[in-house]
Amino acid sequence: MNLFDIIGPVMVGPSSSHTAGAVKIGYVTRKLMGQPIASVKILLHGSFLATGRGHGTHFAIVAGLLGMKPDDTRIPESLELAKAAGMHVEFGKIDLGERHPNSVELILEGVNGRALTVVGESIGGSLINIASVDGLEANFSGEYPTLIVHNLDQPGHVAEVTSMLAHKSVNIATMQLYRASRGGNAVMVIECDQEVPKESIQWLEHLEGVEKVTYYSLQEGEEE
Amino acid sequence: MSFAKLSEIIELSEEQKVPFWQIILQEDMRERNVTKDDSMQTMQSMLEAMQEADRTYNPELKSASGLAGGDGARLEQYRKKKNRLLGDFLAEIMEKAVKMGESNACMRRIVAMPTAGSCGVIPAVLLTYQEQRQVSQERMVEALYVAGGIGEVIATSASISGAEGGCQAEIGSASAMAAGAVTYLENGNNEEIIHAAAFALKNMLGLTCDPVAGLVEVPCIKRNIAGAVNAVVASQLALAGVRSAIEPDEVVASMKRIGRLLPACLRETGQDGLAITESAKKVEARMSQEWDITG
Repeated sequence: MNLFDIIGPVMVGPSSSHTAGAVKIGYVTRKLMGQPIASVKILLHGSFLATGRGHGTHFAIVAGLLGMKPDDTRIPESLELAKAAGMHVEFGKIDLGERHPNSVELILEGVNGRALTVVGESIGGSLINIASVDGLEANFSGEYPTLIVHNLDQPGHVAEVTSMLAHKSVNIATMQLYRASRGGNAVMVIECDQEVPKESIQWLEHLEGVEKVTYYSLQEGEEE
Repeated sequence: MSFAKLSEIIELSEEQKVPFWQIILQEDMRERNVTKDDSMQTMQSMLEAMQEADRTYNPELKSASGLAGGDGARLEQYRKKKNRLLGDFLAEIMEKAVKMGESNACMRRIVAMPTAGSCGVIPAVLLTYQEQRQVSQERMVEALYVAGGIGEVIATSASISGAEGGCQAEIGSASAMAAGAVTYLENGNNEEIIHAAAFALKNMLGLTCDPVAGLVEVPCIKRNIAGAVNAVVASQLALAGVRSAIEPDEVVASMKRIGRLLPACLRETGQDGLAITESAKKVEARMSQEWDITG
């Protein structure tokens, strides 16, 4: 917490968790896509479903997916803006079980065909947690540049990724490893202190045993 | 690290012979590793955002629930009447508090201070004071540091979250912050600043968070008035030389204990209080009928 968490943030109301946090979930997801979104299914869970309308949670998520931040005054018009931008939006309900009450699952398709599924939680204030990416645990905050590598559960992949980061002088802030099953799908989620260069991400994508690389950058404007 | 006690801020202020607000400024520079200009420009942008939100209030807007909107204009009309109940200062404070709360409910841009639900308290007090006494932007920025310092102590040593501590943690904190800030603008000394904050907070202890349909509307919007008026009353008490019998830091500590003792059904869970009244249930039933998300 710092002074401007108390005097601030500047945000579109009414709720830091149900509005500002929801915009952030959409915004981080949009960045993870790396390309404009052609279509999205927005499945609301828990309190997002129960009180979402009154808090404008649906507008907020779509605004974030369009690249808006929590202080953007166009948030209430996001559904019209999505239509104008050719983004197909569909809403639904979901029971995500033990996830935080303020959660949403987003199932997306990008204009260049990329598919992505994200579960985001708004965990209080306007802080968020991206709980899973493509069905595997992720748990990152969107406060750091974040590298997500989906790979086969084989020896050596962690070393490949971390030595690349060392070579590029990128310091690791946090690192998490998960796998669905032994020898099956695995994921690395690495929060970094510096941005990971684009060519390094492309290099990772071409490694054998690496199935998908998703990157969240703090830099503005990341179109591929 | 933020300050955990109001008395720590005052000790540093006296030791270094600099005003209260400068101690908070120095702390921000250290905490975020920024220059004095960076910090003060950020604070100025918060001031400008709250001024813009106040200026662009739109009385035509209604919140999605239909419960909020238009009361700011009603208060403005009444304020212009000759034989109204309250004087200029309090009448305008009321009006600004409601306008900001309604703007928040209607998805306008506001400054969360300390939270979105309590965003009307500090602007109501400080902007009214600025307009009626012609205070410079620079001095307003200083007053916001005072408010921020008090808020940081409360957030560190108690809570600013309704779900954690009830409404006392949101409107109560905002009221204490506003009381300290307006006392500074009135040239109050350090002791008067923190005793004003203590008076304001004491009047809000035990306040529950039980909003209708889980929305930041009823009773939140009008409670911003209560927090704002309470702040100036507390400030006048301190400026008159009255002192809180309970040390200000002990009031903050009490708020934390009381927040823990509040049952969960009165901490933003919608399980009791105003949230389960007949009137509240009607609003909820109407909203769930209209909210066909898959349609």
